Amino acid sequence: MSGLDEVARRAGEWLRGVGPMHEIVISTRVRLARNIRGFFFLSRADREMRQAICDAAVRALKKAAGLENYAFVDVDALDELDRKLLVERQLISRQHADGVGARMVAFDLTEACSVMVNEEDHLRMQVMRSGLQLDEAWTQINQLDDAIDERIDYAYHAQYGYLTACPTNVGTGIRVSVMLHLPALRLTGELERVGQAAKDMKLAIRGLYGEGTDALGDFFQISNQITLGRSETEIINDFGRVVIPKIVAYEQAARKALLKSRLHTLDDKIHRAMGLLQSARLISSNEAMQCLSHVRMGLHVGRIKQIDLQTVNELFLQTQPAHLQKLQGERLNGEQRSFARAALIRARLNSN
Amino acid sequence: MGLCERCKKAQATFHITKIDSSNEKLERHLCERCSIEEGHVQTHKGPPLPELLVEHLIGMKPSAQAIANLVCPECELSYVEFRNQGPLGCPNDYDAFESELASLVERAQDGATQHIGKTPRSFGQPRPKEQDLQSLRRELSDAIAAEDYERAAKLRDQIHKLESE
Repeated sequence: MSGLDEVARRAGEWLRGVGPMHEIVISTRVRLARNIRGFFFLSRADREMRQAICDAAVRALKKAAGLENYAFVDVDALDELDRKLLVERQLISRQHADGVGARMVAFDLTEACSVMVNEEDHLRMQVMRSGLQLDEAWTQINQLDDAIDERIDYAYHAQYGYLTACPTNVGTGIRVSVMLHLPALRLTGELERVGQAAKDMKLAIRGLYGEGTDALGDFFQISNQITLGRSETEIINDFGRVVIPKIVAYEQAARKALLKSRLHTLDDKIHRAMGLLQSARLISSNEAMQCLSHVRMGLHVGRIKQIDLQTVNELFLQTQPAHLQKLQGERLNGEQRSFARAALIRARLNSN
Repeated sequence: MGLCERCKKAQATFHITKIDSSNEKLERHLCERCSIEEGHVQTHKGPPLPELLVEHLIGMKPSAQAIANLVCPECELSYVEFRNQGPLGCPNDYDAFESELASLVERAQDGATQHIGKTPRSFGQPRPKEQDLQSLRRELSDAIAAEDYERAAKLRDQIHKLESE
């Protein structure tokens, strides 16, 4: 077994913490795409070159200042379950998990920073922070990027900036993503306003696990699409000064409106969810996610008091398939997972 | 940011507003080459005219055949392969496919054509001239849009000065 068993028992810093606006903003993520000069992009790199890129990247990362305590995991050598675990923790992308050939991930012990080697680009580094912490995340990733830059030459172009395998990332190579929890806007049927606010600033909205996924349990991820022609700080300011405060205000207003004029509806949703989680004997990850979402809102609007936020946050992660199987210490089929999930949730919620 | 209204190929970087005798305002948006050819910009050290014409003819719209034959000498990816199945093959593709890729990038990036922001250590500080030029040009078109011609004239002189450095 890899050393990942221990990882499943704890929640990453970004999920455990309670950062600014955490009632609505789950996390802030900033990612940078970089390629190493002198190599082809991965679609054109043969097996040997992929390995050479991986070796060069790892050498640079191991020498880079501030990365002394990073864990290095050979993703290619992991079994499927461990790869899924890393995806659920957002340390690697699905594309990286499902890829082929030499590829690695390096991350710090708090799991706030990670660097994927040989994803779509040679290097994809990211910083995750709890709540809305755009400036902090940018400062941290900027330092990480500088430290790596000291040890390796990036592919860079005077006109196009940092060169990436796909022209949609060229320029800054930055992808800023803010994950939002918007249960009240869904209940009041006002999610369209969120879509419009994002569209106005040319931002994309997706479900919890990024590209091509549906929104699960009222969680939405908002990301920039434009990477060229605007500086990193300009892009970040679109989120921090314009879009996110607007959406947070919409959600707050919707929660207030529910409390004021539809209290019974709201209470019913929250307590039904709580009852279901406390009693179910079989529960799917989608149903668990939806119920946990309503309970999380219940906590924030003060309609539930007997459990704490950290328990709810941890359950979001630990009820997902790979985590569940890691915690159980064995492979489980669909029904076994539903049973184990329901048992885990009952144990956690009824013990408080 | 739009394309030159004359050749419809290069980026329009010269925005000229003329007021004729009947007080009609005439706006032109041209690329550097077309504005030189129309005599809006005096070149002091530019190439002599015949050479410029030859260059212009060479640089004219590439035929479908020419596009099909675009191949990166380094990774040997062809432009057609890239268009059909996605990612670029190597950093050099950005130069090898420049003639076709430029408009594609511009469309994907909401009209942007020039990186602004962080530069790697190896590229060195200070900021490259292109970035300053780009932001000056942006300011210039803003000034023109706001009909602040005094400011526009100053910006134009700054751009010319920087370009001739």
